[in-house]
Amino acid sequence: MRDARGEIRRLPGPRLWLAGGWLAILVLAALLAPWISPHDPLAQDLFAGRLPPVWEAGADPNYLLGTDSLGRDVLSRILHGARLALSIALIAGTLTCLIGATLGLIAGYYGGWVDLAVSRLVDIWMAFPPVLFAILLIAVLGTGVTSIIIAIVVIDWTRFARVVRAEAMGQAQMDYVASAQVAGRSRFGTVLAEILPNVLPAIVALLTLEMGIAVIVEAILSFVNLSVSTDAPTWGGMIAEGRASVHQAWWVLVFPLAALFLTVLSFSQLGEGLKDHFDPVLR
Amino acid sequence: MQILRRILIRLAASLVTLAGAAVIVFVVIRVVPGNPVAMMLPPGATAEDIQRLQELYGLDKSIFQQFLIWLTGVLQGDFGTSISLRQPVAELVLGRLPATLELSVMALVIAVGLGGAMALTATLWRGTRTEGAIDVAGGMALSVPDFLWGLVLILLFGVLWPLFHISGRISPAQGFEFHTNFYLWESLLRLRFDVWADIVAHMFMPALALAIPLAAIISQLLKQSLKETLHLDYVTLARTKGYSETSIILREALPNAILPTLTLIGVQFTFLIGGTVIIERLFSYEGLGNMAIDAVINRDLPLIQGIVILFALLFTVVNFLVDMTYAALNPRLRHA
Repeated sequence: MRDARGEIRRLPGPRLWLAGGWLAILVLAALLAPWISPHDPLAQDLFAGRLPPVWEAGADPNYLLGTDSLGRDVLSRILHGARLALSIALIAGTLTCLIGATLGLIAGYYGGWVDLAVSRLVDIWMAFPPVLFAILLIAVLGTGVTSIIIAIVVIDWTRFARVVRAEAMGQAQMDYVASAQVAGRSRFGTVLAEILPNVLPAIVALLTLEMGIAVIVEAILSFVNLSVSTDAPTWGGMIAEGRASVHQAWWVLVFPLAALFLTVLSFSQLGEGLKDHFDPVLR
Repeated sequence: MQILRRILIRLAASLVTLAGAAVIVFVVIRVVPGNPVAMMLPPGATAEDIQRLQELYGLDKSIFQQFLIWLTGVLQGDFGTSISLRQPVAELVLGRLPATLELSVMALVIAVGLGGAMALTATLWRGTRTEGAIDVAGGMALSVPDFLWGLVLILLFGVLWPLFHISGRISPAQGFEFHTNFYLWESLLRLRFDVWADIVAHMFMPALALAIPLAAIISQLLKQSLKETLHLDYVTLARTKGYSETSIILREALPNAILPTLTLIGVQFTFLIGGTVIIERLFSYEGLGNMAIDAVINRDLPLIQGIVILFALLFTVVNFLVDMTYAALNPRLRHA
């Protein structure tokens, strides 16, 4: 008979390297975008509209990945779009993590009415479609980077709160927590010194996944034109334009979509890999 | 009696959730800087205009009073009037609901079929390359959300190999008069299979985009449960009796392994419904989600409020039904 355990292990090696590699390239591209972009991402050239990528017939070698309907360079816009995508991933991901994990930790450790209040709030949050909630928040807050970050934190803190609460509850039952308290640690001290290090691996894995989600949320918001200003280079905005002209100029959709797809896939693979790595049952 | 008590407690919890959701939507729209009237009016409106509109919508009263007025209306089925479309919100929203329900249910059916087939195939050929390939495909499907799958499907089956429609709910050329908004069901019941096929060709891409991540989740969990079941003594007994592997998996293991998957499907179905918002937009599908985004762009406050509350109601009802079904199916919970 075959072993049921064996195949839960997935290949750890190449998957994580590929994901990490793509993200490293992307970070470099984002940092160096102003210097390595062949064109100004906002510069329009109405005589060079919808030029195909260089390997297609009728292309202009100056525009490696072609141009959009206003003659803006697709490659330069993707490179500049990476800056916004990664900034949002980093800032919104971290803030969501801090707020959600803190609430989850407090609820899971103290229990009682605090736990009840947080859990009820999580339940209520689960009754909203996240995309609709995000769009609603942007409509109220107005567009802009700060609004996007706030919207992501507000819709996604429950993801961390739920997991960390469950982990902290489990840890709070352990003998070592009781002995720390017998040894005279304060309750909050116990949370920080004893429980937090034990739930940290789960938090790190979740944070990586959350960064991918933040990238997607930003792309969706810019897709419906509710992100930053209309002509700023965003992957979602490029995808929206590409979707509208998909039958005339496929490259306007394909390249930003590929960048977004690989980025989201990488964050997700990295997060899953970290989760497996830290999980003692799977190791 | 136990069961009745359970149902009542669960029902009360659902009502609390729903009330909480209503309060939050109401407060978010009104408390956050930039009052709703500013959201409704075009830039450059005078202070006088703002004042007039505030009085018209009762926004000069306190939030608590406004909430009571709104709640009284809602309990009588009056969700206010849409500002951009000048029709009762309840009418507009209920008119679009069937489109979204049909899309969600179709996606669910695809997800269950695809995920189930993947799990059964992987279990039957466990330990082989086939299982490895299904695992990799499932991992990919799960790593990327429905929005991106939708775009990939548009490129593959709308442009590269145009098999399906990628915009709308029905071809305008059909010229078919519907009496209800359940197009898929109505065309089927009226035996207009040509119209039905046209609607399916429109719905298949958005439904598949919604179904892909869920299919992967179903496949992973069902496969795991099936494998655990295959180690149990009664399955070994069936095997020594000489039943074929296929019939062991389908007739012995599947009925026992399916319960966790059913619960998961229930929970995940609400996420799928949430996904319709952006997928409908992506495929220009005339459902609730598409209307919601238009409402936000047009700053149509009563309409936004109505749609969000309807989604919250839908989620709460689905969750309630899932919990009750689970309790009914799981004998351990029935007597708890």
